[in-house]
Amino acid sequence: MEKFTTLTGIAAPMPLVNIDTDMIIPKQFLKTIKRSGLGVNLFDEMRYTQDGAEIPGFVLNQPAYRKAEVLIAGDNFGCGSSREHAPWALLDFGIRAVISTSFADIFYNNCFKNGILPIVMPKDVVDVLMADAQKGANARITVDLESQIVTTSDGQSFAFEVDAFRKHCLMNGLDDIGLTMEKAAAIDSFEGKASALRPWA
Amino acid sequence: MTARTLYDKIWDDHVVHQADDGTCLLYIDRHLVHEVTSPQAFEGLRMTGRSVRAPGKTIAVPDHNVPTTLDRANAATMTEDSRIQVEALDKNAKDFGIHYYPVSDVRQGIVHIVGPEQGWTLPGMTVVCGDSHTATHGAFGALAHGIGTSEVEHVLATQTLIQRKGKNMKVEITGSLRPGVTAKDITLSVIGETGTAGGTGYVIEYCGQAIRELSMEGRMTVCNMAIEGGARAGLIAPDEKTFAYCMGRPHAPKGAAWEAAVAYWKTLFSDADAQWDKVITLKGEDIAPVVTWGTSPEDVLPITGTVPSPSDFTGGKVEAVQRSLDYMGLTPGQKLSDIVIDTVFIGSCTNGRIEDLRAAAAILKGKKKKDGIRAMVVPGSGLVRAQAEEEGLAQIFIDAGFEWRLAGCSMCLAMNPDQLAPGERCAATSNRNFEGRQGRGGRTHLLSPAMAAAAALTGHLTDVRELMTETA
Repeated sequence: MEKFTTLTGIAAPMPLVNIDTDMIIPKQFLKTIKRSGLGVNLFDEMRYTQDGAEIPGFVLNQPAYRKAEVLIAGDNFGCGSSREHAPWALLDFGIRAVISTSFADIFYNNCFKNGILPIVMPKDVVDVLMADAQKGANARITVDLESQIVTTSDGQSFAFEVDAFRKHCLMNGLDDIGLTMEKAAAIDSFEGKASALRPWA
Repeated sequence: MTARTLYDKIWDDHVVHQADDGTCLLYIDRHLVHEVTSPQAFEGLRMTGRSVRAPGKTIAVPDHNVPTTLDRANAATMTEDSRIQVEALDKNAKDFGIHYYPVSDVRQGIVHIVGPEQGWTLPGMTVVCGDSHTATHGAFGALAHGIGTSEVEHVLATQTLIQRKGKNMKVEITGSLRPGVTAKDITLSVIGETGTAGGTGYVIEYCGQAIRELSMEGRMTVCNMAIEGGARAGLIAPDEKTFAYCMGRPHAPKGAAWEAAVAYWKTLFSDADAQWDKVITLKGEDIAPVVTWGTSPEDVLPITGTVPSPSDFTGGKVEAVQRSLDYMGLTPGQKLSDIVIDTVFIGSCTNGRIEDLRAAAAILKGKKKKDGIRAMVVPGSGLVRAQAEEEGLAQIFIDAGFEWRLAGCSMCLAMNPDQLAPGERCAATSNRNFEGRQGRGGRTHLLSPAMAAAAALTGHLTDVRELMTETA
């Protein structure tokens, strides 16, 4: 997993609420056995017509946002299906951070496994960031994970919360399977106890 | 000991390790696997030389991609990429030695139907699957939730999941349901109340008389859609109905082990003075047969209602509702029962079990679907299909003009050839009405199996209670 430390880049505004993972990556692109290559189909049905032409009004098709690295999104981003293809598609497009008032649980978890930082901010802060993002490509946002601060293009700074363990993994690009395997003795011991207490399981 | 909820109890019994910051390593009793969200996880194991830690607790079945037409044994019925995914699961199951129900097995079906049917899902267990509708298994008093593919790999390798404990929400449905109202109407009405993000960060326990009165299958329907309310998992405390459902299933304990299991399962309930972070109460009598009108499961109203206007909402929902109405081709003020449909889909992990088929067949018996409607029934598993044939339900569907299909996820998410065309409108017993969910441009109205059957007869969304009065 690629490390996430600090990022300065273009933020694309997507004020729509309840953007679900079917919108982020429609099911016809889940028939892959790889993690890569999904960026071209990110938001496919919002981004392209049925015959594959770009829909000019869609934010990521606009010249200012074609290289966006951050999304500022409406409430409850990433709801619905558990498909990790959603963060894979975001990452493959180049998105490394998403900021919203709230995220669906599974999507939120999936982001951290892929080097994407989801940031929860209060509504009034998201409104400021949304307005900043709407200024276009010159308005670059900075996300600093170490100090847990987001800074707008005009220098307004906002602190955010992130779980310490997840921050550690993201900043160091750690594979959490490896970390868990270091606890193999604890898992062995749990299995021993559990199989005595609940042998049917 | 302090009073605990059911969630607290199951959680406490599965913590392998707790870090100082509260991050826990949770032991997983059952890992269900399907073909769409697992290939990258198995590939990850291969690349790192890891094995599946507990193959005996890992159960795989292809369901999302598989065709449901009778000729599906012919490989040509599947697209190349679907076939590759199913073949990858065949190979991964074999290479890693996990339990497997291939497409050719009569026990094949939707993973959330097969798990309980085969007795893999039991009370008090932790269950995960790379699928958000894993919440279904909570009906047994099992802590069950969907995970992403990286977590699938983590569970395959370690039989544990890194988790922080969620909050406790109680959803109580008091009293009894009225005739024509079903588990589907309960679960949709709850989402209408909480919104799709209302359960985020919570585990919901459903309780109250109306929940106790539901069969196990109805309880699975309720828990199945916990995720549509944003909840990580839905739970229902196990009771005699749960034990009766589990007894004798192929992978349920037997003899003395059964007795020991039941004794433990009887401890799985929320203590009377347990603390809840959020409580929602609905009266069973107040719940009506409902349908969704928009593109979020929270867009739900009684069938007697009318399409709302964006101005009925506030904040970001105003724009979302306008977008929904444009997508759905609906006008504010239009009666929901006037909405004309093209397609009826009965099936999915929400409503693809035998009781769902019985409920639909009861409405359809001796009648014919409206001319021009495409209607299909996709049983949730090969065994559900066989039982429906034995009970004569299949013949009722066929006589009514429905297609009688083989088991799979089918038109719920339309990864296989069962899809809506742009603009086509479907009355669906599935769980999501998102834009494009059942096919690009397709329009989905979620409802119960009985309501879907009623819509098939009239050609428009219909209050099933009117047809029930007719036959009474």
